Amino acid sequence: MSVVLVDAGGTNIGSVRYALQRLGVDAALTADARTIRVADKVILPGVGAAGPGMARLRELGLVDVLRSLNQPVLGVCLGMQLLCTHSEEGDTACLGLLPASVRRFAGLPGLRVPHMGWNSLCAKSAHPLLAGLGEHDQAYFVHSYAVPLGDFTLASSDYAGEFSAVVARGNFHGMQFHPERSAAVGAQLLKNFLNL
Amino acid sequence: MLSRRLIPCLDVRDGQVVKGVRFRDHVVMGEIVDLALRYRDEGADELVFYDITASPEGRSVDRGWVERVARVIDIPFCVAGGIRSVDEARAVLHAGADKISVNSPALERPELIDELAAAFGVQCVVAGIDSLRDADGEWRVRQYTGDPGKTQALPRRTLDWVAEAQQRGAGEIVLNCMGSDGVRGGYDREQLSAVRAICHVPLIASGGAGAAEHFRDAFVEADVDGALAASVFHSGAIAIPALKQYLHEQGVAIRL
Repeated sequence: MSVVLVDAGGTNIGSVRYALQRLGVDAALTADARTIRVADKVILPGVGAAGPGMARLRELGLVDVLRSLNQPVLGVCLGMQLLCTHSEEGDTACLGLLPASVRRFAGLPGLRVPHMGWNSLCAKSAHPLLAGLGEHDQAYFVHSYAVPLGDFTLASSDYAGEFSAVVARGNFHGMQFHPERSAAVGAQLLKNFLNL
Repeated sequence: MLSRRLIPCLDVRDGQVVKGVRFRDHVVMGEIVDLALRYRDEGADELVFYDITASPEGRSVDRGWVERVARVIDIPFCVAGGIRSVDEARAVLHAGADKISVNSPALERPELIDELAAAFGVQCVVAGIDSLRDADGEWRVRQYTGDPGKTQALPRRTLDWVAEAQQRGAGEIVLNCMGSDGVRGGYDREQLSAVRAICHVPLIASGGAGAAEHFRDAFVEADVDGALAASVFHSGAIAIPALKQYLHEQGVAIRL
């Protein structure tokens, strides 16, 4: 099985790559359209901001490549947000693969932003991506913007209201938390993606 | 619900983990990767590595061990030590660190925080603050605390610096209360509460953990998001699984 990590300049690429290695998969790091098109699985990692993230994908000529993929695709953290239609962060038009608008955590009194730390995952529907997920399992989040709930939400988390933690629409999937930094729970979810 | 975090802190010197008392007299506690793995297995929520001599020696953190840790560890970790530019921060983040913490270099040049936040996002940028109460009762910031011979007291008030660091783009504050550090008498709840009142990003308590109740008090009374400790974890005086069970029973949101 060939797994590629799209090199869109995110700083967590190394961590995701090591996590895959711990699962026995050597993922290639690439920005090459052809390599991405023929891979069995494509992962779009991302740490940073939506505007520069999309700008980088445009520079690399990868926007239409990513949109046209038919194999399983996984966006991680910012990578998941880039799958959406739009992000409030820098008023950015994104890939439009998930009918959702990414919003900043509302400034409730006392709400600390970024949402940083371990939070519970609550399954909303049965899906192979969630295989083995326990009722009290937690994952590690670090983000200031979030995807609201939708019919694409497989699992939610709660921080002054529910938001999408795991999403899927067709062959496109996303995890808002960092599976590569979510201990055994994260490893299981990454393994589930590799098994899709 | 978001869990409160327990964060073992590993002070790194010449590739090994060390611990001093009141920031002095360092003794070797173990190898970096061995201790990192041990804490991961015990249920630590996050790790912080401080290259304590990097800043006083005017050099950046050694990236070799950052990559070794990133390969084996599947919980988040933060690296601190002499990071004084966007390029140095990028190298550490690319080596696999999730966050970088800046302390003395940000005091030298506060714009560093703005630059790091613009380059990597606020979620990657931690402001580490060493603070001590002066004779006039005011908390003020200390610089170059990794080397007692070079440590400097600054005129900058801790509360002012916390406000400025956030405004510039720090996504998390680690407040090390030097007066309570290393003596295991409990976190400085008074100072942490004062900082909490003006801190709108995650706040991590550091300095003074000696017993399980100290963690509960920091979470319940000072409302900190995470508690950092070193010697009580390194020595085995407090085992993380038992501490987590205790905190859970005390009603603190925790990852079991």
